[in-house]
Amino acid sequence: MRVLVFLLGLISSAAFAAIDVYEFDSEQQEALFRELTQELRCPKCQNNNIADSNAGLAQDLREKTYQLVKQGNDKQQVLDYMVDRYGNFVRYDPPLTPAVLILWLSPLLVIVFGGIYLLGRNRNSSSNEPLVEEGERERLAKLIEQTERDKQ
Amino acid sequence: MNKRLLLFLLPLICFLAIIPFFKSALNSDPTELESVLVGKPVPQFELQDIYELDKQHHSNIFEGEPLLLNVWATWCPTCRAEHEFLNTLAEQGVKIIGLNYKDDRGKAINWLAQLGNPYVINLYDEKGLLALDLGVYGAPETYLIDSQGIIRYRHVGDVNARNWQQELAPIFSAME
Repeated sequence: MRVLVFLLGLISSAAFAAIDVYEFDSEQQEALFRELTQELRCPKCQNNNIADSNAGLAQDLREKTYQLVKQGNDKQQVLDYMVDRYGNFVRYDPPLTPAVLILWLSPLLVIVFGGIYLLGRNRNSSSNEPLVEEGERERLAKLIEQTERDKQ
Repeated sequence: MNKRLLLFLLPLICFLAIIPFFKSALNSDPTELESVLVGKPVPQFELQDIYELDKQHHSNIFEGEPLLLNVWATWCPTCRAEHEFLNTLAEQGVKIIGLNYKDDRGKAINWLAQLGNPYVINLYDEKGLLALDLGVYGAPETYLIDSQGIIRYRHVGDVNARNWQQELAPIFSAME
């Protein structure tokens, strides 16, 4: 257990190593800064957030985030500022736009329409297509009659 | 029977229908982001001229006629690669405003003296202030701006004869 805590400590200190030294007026501001730099995505190095990336642009965006937080802007104001310039791409948690909605709903639609199709197919096969065709029916009736007679 | 055949061909039809999407995805560069500023005016700014320290430029330099805004820096190898073509464009009469992005003034002036100066005006943006407002995420970037100062298109990466003819020139000549 102790080893695990030690290892976790190592990981977390490595994760924050890229963050430069910033001074904040309050702990809330520092927490907000951490939260924002984790959530904002670096447009240059697209699979990093700006806290982890050391690209020049990520440093600039960290600096700008720091200034905006220090000026007393809340989370939404900082996000709006960044989205106004870099688009929704800059957020790792983008808002629900119609395009995103398609992404969320399409698997559901596939399940719903697939289910309807399967139900329809089952009903068709049970009602419309008789198990035995017309001509065969008479032969079958005769056969049954014959076996019944043989049994007696 | 006809219904059976249709059902049998359904996967093929679906595949043919999504081929255009595959094809567009094949040719698109995921690192190329569309600018959110397309259709909006160039942000307000006040920046020094690269040559004259006491000369300040404002966003009204983008009004009057269609022009290009080219974001460049001496630390950017691709900017060097496209510079020759920018010179060619300037000779053809295309007005280009330069935005020198997070650079050293001395190096930038040297570069222009050596490689030629295609820019009618060159803004010196040492801290990347206007670049941040424009959403610049890598140099070089080239913006097509109409005579009202409205951004119509953003091109990321170098401008060369091929993409100028195929992509940019049609938009540029259609702008008013």
